[in-house]
Amino acid sequence: MSEQVINLTLKVWRQPGPDAEGEFKEYDAPGINTEMSFLEMLDVVNERLIERGEEPIAFDHDCREGICGSCGMIINGQAHGPMRNTATCQLHMRKFADGDTIVIEPFRATAFPVIRDLVVNRSAFDRIIEAGGYITAPTGSAPEANLIPVPKEVADTAFDAAACIGCGACVAACPNGAAQLFTAAKVAHLNLLPQGQPERWTRVQAMVDEMEAHFGSCSNHRECEAVCPKGISIDFIAMMNRDYLKAQFKNRRLASQSG
Amino acid sequence: MAQATKTRPDADPTQQRPLRRGRGLYSSAVGKKYVMAITGIVLMGYVLAHMVGNLKLYQGAEHMNAYGEWLREIGEPAAPREFLLWVMRVALISAALLHLHAAWGLTRLNWAARQKRYAKRSDYIAADFASRTMRWSGIIVLAFVLFHLADLTFGTANPDFEYGLVYQNVVASFERPVVAVFYIVANLALGVHLYHGAWSIFQSLGAANPRFNALRRGFAIAFTLVVVGGNVSFPIAVMTGVVS
Amino acid sequence: MTLTDTPGAGSSLLDARIPDGPIHEKWDNHRFSMKLVNPNNKRRFEIIIVGTGLAGASAAATLGELGYRVKVFTYHDSPRRAHSIAAQGGINAAKNYRNDGDSIHRLFYDTVKGGDYRAREANVYRLAQVSVEIIDQCVAQGVPFAREYGGLLDNRSFGGAQVSRTFYARGQTGQQLLLGAYQAMARQVKLGTVELHTRSEMLDLVVVDGRAAGIVVRDMVTGEITSHAAHAVVLCTGGYGNVFFLSTNAKASNTTAIWRAHKKGALFANPCYTQIHPTCIPASDEFQSKLTLMSESLRNDGRIWVPVNPDDTRSPDQIPEDERDYFLERMYPAFGNLVPRDVASRAAKRMVDEGRGVGPRKNGVYLDFAGAIERLGRQVIEERYGNLFEMYDRITDESPYEVPMRIYPAVHYTMGGLWVDYNLMSTIPGLYVAGEANFSDHGANRLGASALMQGLADGYFILPYTIGDYLAGMLGTQAPPTDHPAFREAETGVRDMTQRLLSIGGTRSVDWFHRELGRICWEYCGMARSREGLEKALSEIPALEAEFWNDLRVLGSADTLNQSLEKAGRVADYFEFAKLMIGDALHREESCGGHFRVEHQTEDGEAQRNDDDFAYVAAWEYAGPDRDPVLHKEPLEFEYVIPTQRSYK
Repeated sequence: MSEQVINLTLKVWRQPGPDAEGEFKEYDAPGINTEMSFLEMLDVVNERLIERGEEPIAFDHDCREGICGSCGMIINGQAHGPMRNTATCQLHMRKFADGDTIVIEPFRATAFPVIRDLVVNRSAFDRIIEAGGYITAPTGSAPEANLIPVPKEVADTAFDAAACIGCGACVAACPNGAAQLFTAAKVAHLNLLPQGQPERWTRVQAMVDEMEAHFGSCSNHRECEAVCPKGISIDFIAMMNRDYLKAQFKNRRLASQSG
Repeated sequence: MAQATKTRPDADPTQQRPLRRGRGLYSSAVGKKYVMAITGIVLMGYVLAHMVGNLKLYQGAEHMNAYGEWLREIGEPAAPREFLLWVMRVALISAALLHLHAAWGLTRLNWAARQKRYAKRSDYIAADFASRTMRWSGIIVLAFVLFHLADLTFGTANPDFEYGLVYQNVVASFERPVVAVFYIVANLALGVHLYHGAWSIFQSLGAANPRFNALRRGFAIAFTLVVVGGNVSFPIAVMTGVVS
Repeated sequence: MTLTDTPGAGSSLLDARIPDGPIHEKWDNHRFSMKLVNPNNKRRFEIIIVGTGLAGASAAATLGELGYRVKVFTYHDSPRRAHSIAAQGGINAAKNYRNDGDSIHRLFYDTVKGGDYRAREANVYRLAQVSVEIIDQCVAQGVPFAREYGGLLDNRSFGGAQVSRTFYARGQTGQQLLLGAYQAMARQVKLGTVELHTRSEMLDLVVVDGRAAGIVVRDMVTGEITSHAAHAVVLCTGGYGNVFFLSTNAKASNTTAIWRAHKKGALFANPCYTQIHPTCIPASDEFQSKLTLMSESLRNDGRIWVPVNPDDTRSPDQIPEDERDYFLERMYPAFGNLVPRDVASRAAKRMVDEGRGVGPRKNGVYLDFAGAIERLGRQVIEERYGNLFEMYDRITDESPYEVPMRIYPAVHYTMGGLWVDYNLMSTIPGLYVAGEANFSDHGANRLGASALMQGLADGYFILPYTIGDYLAGMLGTQAPPTDHPAFREAETGVRDMTQRLLSIGGTRSVDWFHRELGRICWEYCGMARSREGLEKALSEIPALEAEFWNDLRVLGSADTLNQSLEKAGRVADYFEFAKLMIGDALHREESCGGHFRVEHQTEDGEAQRNDDDFAYVAAWEYAGPDRDPVLHKEPLEFEYVIPTQRSYK
């Protein structure tokens, strides 16, 4: 651990409202302690802006421990910045050098309109979950928890998919503005588990259809996987593609619901 | 300072015009990717067979021209002359048209889904040159295929063209350096296209299996090298006089 | 402080409505005796839920499934961001899958004892009863709990419990449980039974004819102030740990919803019960914005120590064994590094206060894995704690495999909250409070892996019944219209407060005031409290609060997204709340659980309860802006778990 102080220049996207024009503004950020997190650096810059009578930079953030998925911005062209498997809040200033210019932009996608500065609206993700990202299990109707064994490998893989924090970096990094990784992670989580089988085909159909109402398509660039703070694999996208095709040809009235 | 605004973008994003219209499989992007993948497999089979067939060039005019004649004869006498050749051509043209149509639809969707670029263009992290240039490599290959048909199938772009003399036509064509260079460039574009496409097919078809994922890249590289290597050898052979 | 001794259970304000009968039959009897709402009539009732954490999301999903018309409000951009998502360790349930002697009664007993005998027995017993159903429910929803190779659910022992009853999903149990509840709620949103309002902050509760009638909400994007009426209002808005500024809570976590309900008549119970978690990463610089918790499970294998010599500047691996003070093992030979959270936290504080802290700011103690790595091998340690080590490394740039971790206690959870009866209803009829926002089940100290259990118990299995009992009596009545004078008045109040905050035009930012307030609270009302310190805090806070209202600078306008404005309202409430919390700490002349008064300790420095005088819930009534709050007492009776002094020697 080597505590240092560095001087930075920030170029930050400022946009006063959803319908307003935005522009980049340049700010000097001297005296930044390298022990700070990236968001703490922005806190410091904001404090100085307030002191100068300028409105602080708006950005979404909450838990600051990399799990709530609120924060997210494009730092030097990369979603969540230069460190792999790391959300913006867990990025620390020791990853930057004295004299660096850092360009900070909001996540860009047609489905993620800017609300203000670096704050974007990601509620299209909620619409995808509402379309089918659940298992219908009304409270009280559940069987005994150990009634259905789930092979450990299956449970572990389902967890790998379920680890998604819904931050939207996958969409932001995708040149197509596609939400395949987000959608596939939820489809895979639920479609892998025995509890998810009854709705397996309707789920994938409904979620993909909703996704495509807002987002682009997958060109297999793998940028999403590279920026995902949870390292979710694009194998889940392949799994979703397969289930989506199968869903088209399942005769849901007659055929077995399994496999 | 900001104007007060009543626009509340997150009130209901579904109020926005949906990017996708229609409900059938082909209207979905996932469906279009299936079409891209399946037609891609057909076209890959074709470029491989085309390259393998053309190796007859190294056996001389007799073999090469007989091979051309054989292609026209297959199916005889059960079917009329050139019947199966046309069946294959129709299949191939359909695959190519579907591949193009799906690509056009996806491109439009993707442009609509991501209208703004980032000011700071960082290096891509995972996306390689091939995946980012699929549209360009595809267009180069398409342009070449059109020329190639005019050159060696219809003969309109080849002053020395004589119907049925496949070997002589190829040699005559490649003796023009411009054509040979265009051919090589187009094949390199094809190679770039195949490098991403042959890997990507498994992903689009949902055939990705963690156990075989490592092999997919190897398959794509091998396939690309075989096809492009074979193809590029022909003009070089002509220009260096190995084949004349 | 006015200490108005009301005659306990007889008080009309504090009727806990605990059902009769033996403890294991109370909930069953109560469920039978409660009134039901006919399925066709359920859709005639509107219910407002504020907050979408475990309690809020699970309540919304369940009430929606039952057929009520539910409106849900969250200040996040998506319900899934609620801070329940950050819970790491696990969730307790009396399944006894390990066959190691667990039972509903044992979970009940452990929770009452762990709460240092300041919780209501009947509530805790019910919590232990429904814990079993929670696991069933979550598994059916697809929560990917850890499993064994045979495919059955895995358990671990947690927080020093002697049985393995904790279900977990790696270090992200809260996330997976919240996503389960969020998804169940999302299904209801699609079905139209739940109406979702995101980026919407509740700024006041509206009471009409003595009943909760709705809320006033600010749209955080447009600044629009709107009123929403309902037959019942449920607050699931979490705890108030951020009054200390630095805590493990999310940045936006606040007390505004429950505080403003308190000002409308809901009694606030036990605000001084705050929990300090021993294993957090120490602050690294003065701009530190929040503290990060490392799972308590680390103490299973790590050894905690400081150098014997306070001026020792050698790197930890250069300090020989005999110059290290393994202070927990020294002070508590029986439990060693596994003493409960409050005990471990105070011991670490003592070391740092004595100047024996470690790290560049001398503000932590070592948690050393060198011995464990030597004994078990690096691979085993990696399997057990790999993700935690990685997180620590990412934050501090130090690898715990190479050098000891540095840890220090931080505020983590608040046991106090709005007072509720057995039905989870506050002292305002029709106002329900669930999850961390209420005071109900943890007494003076919460056991590890019990917060998730309580949030889901309240939301899935308790509120949906008890709220029906209340609504059944309101059949045929309409929720008051939102143009009712009470709504108009509340809206005006909210607008006035917003304008007031914007128009101060001072020089200091909200964060500056929040940091200063937090510093006072942590200094005098943190891990160890004294009469002198608490009185000092009570004298310092009003001055700072006055400065806040004179010198605050909030830029921008009220009709756009304005994060400083949002914070300013919350910090204003924290100022008022802090005085109540400190007053409560001052009045409670004993040490219990998370509340440690230095005047009340044993000769060995352990917490000393005073069951004769303080075996009650302290519920405070708001008396007006410049008047002292009024204390009401709900006496606690222990029929099944006899209070003893805790000892971990």
